[in-house]
Amino acid sequence: MNLRAVWAIYRVEMARAFRTVLQSIISPVISTSLYFVVFGSAIGSRITEIDGIGYGAFIVPGLMMLSLLTQSISNASFAIYFPKFVGSIYELLSAPVSYLEIIIAYVGGAATKSIMLGLIILATASLFVPLRIEHPFWMIAFLVLTAVTFSLFGFIIGIWAKSFEQLQLVPLLIVTPLTFLGGSFYSINMLPGIWKTITLLNPVVYLISGFRWSFYGKADVSVGVSLGMTLVFLAVCIAIVAWIFRTGYRLRN
Amino acid sequence: MSSIISISGVTKTYATGFKALKEINLDIERGEIFALLGPNGAGKTTLISIVCGIVNRSSGSVTVDGHDIGKNYRAARSLIGLVPQELTIDAFETVWATVNYSRGLFGKAPNKDFVEKVLKDLSLWDKKDAKAITLSGGMKRRLMIAKALSHEPRVLFLDEPTAGVDVELRQDMWAMVRRLREDGVTIILTTHYIEEAEAMADRVGVINRGEIILVEGKAELMRKLGRKQMTLELRAPLGAIPDGLSRYALELSADGSELTYTYDNQSDRPGVASLIRDLEAAGLQFRDLDTKNSSLEEIFVSLLRQEP
Repeated sequence: MNLRAVWAIYRVEMARAFRTVLQSIISPVISTSLYFVVFGSAIGSRITEIDGIGYGAFIVPGLMMLSLLTQSISNASFAIYFPKFVGSIYELLSAPVSYLEIIIAYVGGAATKSIMLGLIILATASLFVPLRIEHPFWMIAFLVLTAVTFSLFGFIIGIWAKSFEQLQLVPLLIVTPLTFLGGSFYSINMLPGIWKTITLLNPVVYLISGFRWSFYGKADVSVGVSLGMTLVFLAVCIAIVAWIFRTGYRLRN
Repeated sequence: MSSIISISGVTKTYATGFKALKEINLDIERGEIFALLGPNGAGKTTLISIVCGIVNRSSGSVTVDGHDIGKNYRAARSLIGLVPQELTIDAFETVWATVNYSRGLFGKAPNKDFVEKVLKDLSLWDKKDAKAITLSGGMKRRLMIAKALSHEPRVLFLDEPTAGVDVELRQDMWAMVRRLREDGVTIILTTHYIEEAEAMADRVGVINRGEIILVEGKAELMRKLGRKQMTLELRAPLGAIPDGLSRYALELSADGSELTYTYDNQSDRPGVASLIRDLEAAGLQFRDLDTKNSSLEEIFVSLLRQEP
């Protein structure tokens, strides 16, 4: 194991986050605050409670997931796409590093950043609403698992993308809608008949439901299913990455 | 085993069907400076990229110091430093950070003194805290070299090292290459500037359309294929070449004031001495005489012309 290489890549990735501290840290704080003003205060004043939880507090896990998903994907996809774009990827490809090491370093870096981000959002939210975390272990477990899974997903997008447009495509057209429709801001039990069933096809529902359960002990679907779905998605991503590296797809031609 | 890199039967066909390399067999000797010459698109960069692990080969095998680049890629790659043709650096990193990153990537323990020495050797030390994006083109090129040398490679690939580089940097670069060679580093450079190969290389390989058409020691190549020319400046212009001199391959300049004699270094044909005797016999007097060797460039062009 070339641990020095893993560390070198990881450090560069983290350094990038701290170089763009404004974008990495300040912007999620601001957008979270905005969500609280708009959803928490304006809409929340009419909804008041879902499953016995104040609306403001109810949306916190969903908000964290929303940022976690989008940031994990954009961090990881950009991290691998950018060297491909400028050509500096030659160095990575010519270095004595295995694919596993590349993955650990890039996905680890991206996941670390989005976990930090999630915690910053959590801290910001605690200024607005009273929070409780009933299952801290599972909260951290869901946080880490989701960050890793979606960083891996972002990594795949970054390798697949041939242009900046493609890089934005999946997050914009698929992930963001699925997250908004995945129960970030409402309980899927509030949906009318058929839509409730359709929503269950949305994988993000399981992530948010499980994550919310770790906070308040209330979930739309059972926690076991949530965990299972997250692990399935992780497994799918690992399988795709394994295939990419076996074939050299869009990395080594 | 004297060769440090051994390439046998390597082919590369791209997904488009383009055959970039056809059956390349090549051995690079330990400690030599090898120049790979060829026109644009000949396959130079593809060949280097395969040895360095950037491009997958279609068939064949490559070993670096006995390590197979597939099965034993860690050992093989850690011996190699690569300076690619394009200036591709993470623009937002500082010089110091990016060179140390390269060292780490190749699995070497941090060594500030060594990195400092590399930067000083390449006149980059006073720029160590500058971001790559602020460097001039020449400085960026130096930085690429520093990155390649950061992990103490035993083999250094320089892909078109002096393309778009000013004279001073070029001189520095050759001085550096010579120093590295003294330390036992094997250097492989690709170029289409012949004078580079001529000035630096121990051996020259010529590649064209994906095939190695010749590998030869530079001196032998010059001797074998090189021609000499002797130019005589005549005291009085001449209307035509006298009959007595017809057995020499002579050319008369348009104004009749210069005679040029072209001859092979090795040929048994009548030499310079007999020509001068015959010139005297024919009553021709000359004011001055100049001889020159044909350059590698001329050899190169004539080689490519012979290709079907």
